[in-house]
Amino acid sequence: MITQALILSAILFALGTFGVLVRRNAIIMFLCIELQLNAVNVAFVAFSRLVGIEGQVFVFFVMTVAAAEAAVGLAIIISIFRHYETVNVDNFNLLKW
Amino acid sequence: MDLTLTAMLLQGGQEAAAHAGAGFMPFYPGLILLLPLAGFLVNGWLALKHAGRAARVTRVGGTYDLDGGGRPATHTLPTWIGPGVMGLAFVLTLVNFVGMLGAGLHDPVVIHYWTWMATGTFTVDAAIQLDQLSMVMMMVITGVGFLIHLFSVGYMKDDPGYPRYFAYLNLFVFFMLVLVMGASYPLMFVGWEGVGLCSYLLIGFWFTDREKSDAGKKAFIVNRIGDVGFLLAIFVLYRTFGTLDFAPIMGGAADTLVYGGGLVTLVTLFFLLAAAGKSAQIPLYVWLPDAMAGPTPVSALIHAATMVTAGVYLVARSSVLFALSPVGSAAVAGIGVLTALFAATIALKQNDIKKVLAYSTVSQLGYMFLGVGVGAYAAGVFHLMTHAFFKALLFLGSGAVIHAMHEAYHATHRHDDPQDMRNMGGLKAYMPITWITMWVATLAISGIWPFAGFFSKDEIIWYTAAFAGAENAPFPGLYTVYWILALAAALMTAFYMTRLMVLTFHGRNRTGETEADHLHEAPPIMWVPLAVLAVLSTVGGWINVPEELQASIVGLGGLLPSSEWLHHWLEPITAEAHHVQELQLGELAHSAPFGGGEVAWALISTALALAVVLATSQLLGRREVQSPEADAEPTGFAKVLANKWYVDELYDAVVVKPIQRASHFCWKVIDQGIIDGAVNAVGYLARGFGWFGSLFQTGTVNTYAFVLSLGVLVILGAVFF
Repeated sequence: MITQALILSAILFALGTFGVLVRRNAIIMFLCIELQLNAVNVAFVAFSRLVGIEGQVFVFFVMTVAAAEAAVGLAIIISIFRHYETVNVDNFNLLKW
Repeated sequence: MDLTLTAMLLQGGQEAAAHAGAGFMPFYPGLILLLPLAGFLVNGWLALKHAGRAARVTRVGGTYDLDGGGRPATHTLPTWIGPGVMGLAFVLTLVNFVGMLGAGLHDPVVIHYWTWMATGTFTVDAAIQLDQLSMVMMMVITGVGFLIHLFSVGYMKDDPGYPRYFAYLNLFVFFMLVLVMGASYPLMFVGWEGVGLCSYLLIGFWFTDREKSDAGKKAFIVNRIGDVGFLLAIFVLYRTFGTLDFAPIMGGAADTLVYGGGLVTLVTLFFLLAAAGKSAQIPLYVWLPDAMAGPTPVSALIHAATMVTAGVYLVARSSVLFALSPVGSAAVAGIGVLTALFAATIALKQNDIKKVLAYSTVSQLGYMFLGVGVGAYAAGVFHLMTHAFFKALLFLGSGAVIHAMHEAYHATHRHDDPQDMRNMGGLKAYMPITWITMWVATLAISGIWPFAGFFSKDEIIWYTAAFAGAENAPFPGLYTVYWILALAAALMTAFYMTRLMVLTFHGRNRTGETEADHLHEAPPIMWVPLAVLAVLSTVGGWINVPEELQASIVGLGGLLPSSEWLHHWLEPITAEAHHVQELQLGELAHSAPFGGGEVAWALISTALALAVVLATSQLLGRREVQSPEADAEPTGFAKVLANKWYVDELYDAVVVKPIQRASHFCWKVIDQGIIDGAVNAVGYLARGFGWFGSLFQTGTVNTYAFVLSLGVLVILGAVFF
């Protein structure tokens, strides 16, 4: 069971990473990051079978942080959209030097 | 000055009086110092107030608060305070002088106020020393100083910097008094530097004129060279004696130091350097003629009567050390006589009235050096004193002339040089008092009997001759040369001074027809000091008539009073030096190198000087003087003299230019090139690295995400494979 769960986790994580790297829409990239986080959550839950309850506890922390991150991230994306009327990350390259 | 310090100074005086016991009781000597200082503080405060008001008037408009006479209100008080504190200080000095005169003081009275600095075994007290030498100097400084302050009230009346002028002048007197009253070399050095500062401030008094402020800087920098000598001498003295107070050094020098030894020669040569700087001797005399840029009363007080004689005072104060060093003394005398002759030759061809007097001052200072160099310390101080009288008189007289010329040109808006003697002529009709008093001073400086300069200069020349013929004279041939040169310079003095008088006061008036109507005699506040100084220039020499002369026809067969009074008065100061001299040199000669006694040579020199004066006035009186524009440029040797032997040009080429080039090299190549270059290179390097690193910062989120993923893969790869 663990093997399959870990394979699922790996596939989800790879999909998420692929999405972050190739997509330009900020919302999609954000969703892909969430996908990566949840892939990790799956792995946590799977491993908790072997190691103990701590893995599942950790999942709650991850979900809490992800929720907070979603709140802040979406707020940023909304304000960027109000300014530029686009959420294509290729347009946002001022944050350098 | 806060009250506690004042109280302390006064109290200290009282204590010392109690300790001095029998004999001389100093009468508030600290107050003599405090009065000019207080004058400086009050006048300085008024000057600042006036400056603040002037700045406001320039910036936002408005007017000055005026007093009854139509001058700014801040200019009223300095008229009273400036000369007032000097008058009080003079009275106090006089009281102390009379006290000392009656007491027959032998050992100096040293009054300790507080410990100035104490480190380990080295202690310097803030202490003043009252003895015969410092008393003579204090009399000259406060007395002549008071007269010059009075004169300044008239001379500087309309100057916008009036309170500032008196503040500086009072401060100068304070430092000059510290110089002569200090009981140790460091305290003397404080005064030495202080008068240098005031000299700088007053030379550059009209500092908006570039040339004048440059003259101030020149004086300051040239003096600094001499000051190095002073400090080095102090260091050597401390190494040798472990103390810097006058009393133990003078008392112990004869036992501690070897006659003619290297150590004492070193000290005396260092002191000579210091004295040459302050007293404008070869090779450091160049600042004094330029110092004439200051107001004329300043030239009279600082650059003729008092500050420039500090070098002579230094040598007289250290007389024991100089007596112990024949080389040092010969150097002092040699520098002195060379300067006397050299400056006199330059004075022959100058046309600026103050320049003539400036070179004359340098020349007379040379005589004083000759005097103290041949062991005639009393004669040197004597000439210092008489010179203070007649040279202050000459400068103040020239000040009165310049004042009149300036006002005449001012009234008609002419822009000619009011100091050029070729523009003067015939002034005796307009300013008879100035004319007569300046003739008195001219006769005095020319060494004509019975004026003051005759006795003092003759004594110096006589002692040079006597020294040359002493039993064991160290360099008899050299001193004979000195004697001849001194005689030659004396004749030149008579010539250039008569030339000055003839060009200024005699002949046809060349001021201009409309201008001549505006010429007038100086007001009483200016001519009264002239008259007092004229009296002093006449009788001032009678206090030290040598015995031999007094009995002869020169002393009117004993009619002139007080035979060798100053000589005896200074005996406690010079006794130690004379003791050394007697021990080493034996008896001085009683006749000059080519025969003739003291009386004979006195008659010869005064007769020669008189002949020169008469001949010059006859010859020059007949010649028509050209205006500065029409006057032909001098040629040949006269041109060399008119250009002051090109010494300034020589110094410029040998000293100033190389220093400027070296400084320019240090500035452009070493500082801006190497040092700044290295600092900048470090900065550019960091900036280059930063620029390279910033290339990786694209600002695009995807790039970062890609690099991050790649990094993770690399790390994972490294971990697993």
